[in-house]
Amino acid sequence: MRIYPPLSRRFIRVWQRNLTVYRQSWQVSFIPPLLEPFFYLLAFGLGLSGLVGNIRYGGEEISYVRFIAPALIAITIMNSAFFENTYGSFVRMYYQKTFDAMMATPLTVEEIITGEIIWGATKAVIATVIMMAVISGFGLIRYPSGLLLIPLAFLGGLAFGAAGMFCTAIVPTIELFNLPVFLFITPMFLFGGTFFPVENLPSGAQWIAELLLLTHLVDLARACATNRIDASLLYSLGYLAAFTAGVFPLALIKMRRRLIK
Amino acid sequence: MTAGECFGILGPNGAGKTSTIRMVYGFSPLTAGTLKVFGMDVGREHRAIKARVGVCQQENNLDPDLTVLLNLVVFARYYNIPLPEARRRSLELLKFMSLDHRENSRAADLSGGMVRRIVMARALLNRPELLILDEPTTGLDPQSRHLVWERLEELRSKGLTILLTTHYMEEASHLCDRLIILDKGRLLVEGKPAELVRRHVGRHVLEVAEPAAGLLEFLSQRSVPYENFGHRLIVYVEDGSELYRQISEQRCGGVCTMRMATLEDVFLRLTGRELRE
Repeated sequence: MRIYPPLSRRFIRVWQRNLTVYRQSWQVSFIPPLLEPFFYLLAFGLGLSGLVGNIRYGGEEISYVRFIAPALIAITIMNSAFFENTYGSFVRMYYQKTFDAMMATPLTVEEIITGEIIWGATKAVIATVIMMAVISGFGLIRYPSGLLLIPLAFLGGLAFGAAGMFCTAIVPTIELFNLPVFLFITPMFLFGGTFFPVENLPSGAQWIAELLLLTHLVDLARACATNRIDASLLYSLGYLAAFTAGVFPLALIKMRRRLIK
Repeated sequence: MTAGECFGILGPNGAGKTSTIRMVYGFSPLTAGTLKVFGMDVGREHRAIKARVGVCQQENNLDPDLTVLLNLVVFARYYNIPLPEARRRSLELLKFMSLDHRENSRAADLSGGMVRRIVMARALLNRPELLILDEPTTGLDPQSRHLVWERLEELRSKGLTILLTTHYMEEASHLCDRLIILDKGRLLVEGKPAELVRRHVGRHVLEVAEPAAGLLEFLSQRSVPYENFGHRLIVYVEDGSELYRQISEQRCGGVCTMRMATLEDVFLRLTGRELRE
């Protein structure tokens, strides 16, 4: 039942399909990444930063809002891609039977799923660009290094999208996405170096936080936004790339098993 | 199957109709044996086969957020059909399916009959040589169903090869040049619809309500085949007029009717009457 090559450039057709649907309602999809940074920056900037003061980052004191602004982008990258490739993909697969229709055409399962994951990454990029515009309005991103956030959003989107797609391949019902959200996404949101430095955790917990995918994405986003690009980031970049390289094919294999029966 | 024919697969629920056609378009792996489409092995040359096949699945899986026209144009992209050509073919097919007035409606707002016709139009976008239809008219109103039949006949007359599954015997005898009846994955019979009726049932069917006491014996003596349901008796006979007169005059407590044998009689005789759920 294998087609060689199982993965051709045709996956773009699946991506295009999602883009076409997105363009029907893009006005609605624009609102969350536009408003979210406002809310967070107001709450943390006005409310919390008075209590927290400055934070030591990279051997320098920076304001608390400057510390969390890049983390907000990293969180958005995580959420956009993960939710697109869990709830969004599941609805297309299970309720709308979109994948079934595609499989009757020359498209392969691998192309359908690759198109979906790249679409998840694309949504992460779209949300990142909108957020960057807002956050830059507050003067919290340094350029030109800040522009690296865009390719970073794509890579991070691939990683979290592939993880989401893996969940989609194995959950029996849509309600069960609560589990990976609660066990995978929420802990990263809280402990991934987002709202306080990982170094503030007790040393045992610090070690666990270093394993979290988001921790590395946050490190990279913060370095881009504050113009502190150096060789130490290669480790985080490698971690993200290795995760993607491992989980992406796994999602393809699991999805093939789910769809071909 | 031979090129240009309409071939039907009939069978009760769970007979293996959908599984069979899913294998043809590569949705299900083969458990054993080989399957060739256009002389190509489905295992190895899937993409080439699917490019030449149109599939109308059981589910109405249109994109609910897109308009009718966009649904078709997006689908044409999966076949790498360039945009102007995709638009041209889409409009042409919507017209063919009598849907040209609804091209800008959202798919979610359409009736079941319209959705079905769009799914059929979509299956024709790649100008297939083989059209596969899985229960194309299940749940349709009579008007839509007849429209679908008319269009299928038109396509067949233009030389398109059609493979279809159905639960409607009327549909099968109407459309199919040849058909098979499956049950529990086994092939029961194969042939032209009219031939199958003659071979397995005969020409006439008598339905006898409240059969009189001696009727069963009467039939057995003449070795006329029948099915007994207590209050109702179904008799299969080549020429029923004489027998009809005899039964309705003397051996029937209720109503006795005579009608032409149909494919439905063949189907029920071969697959039994118990429910398949």
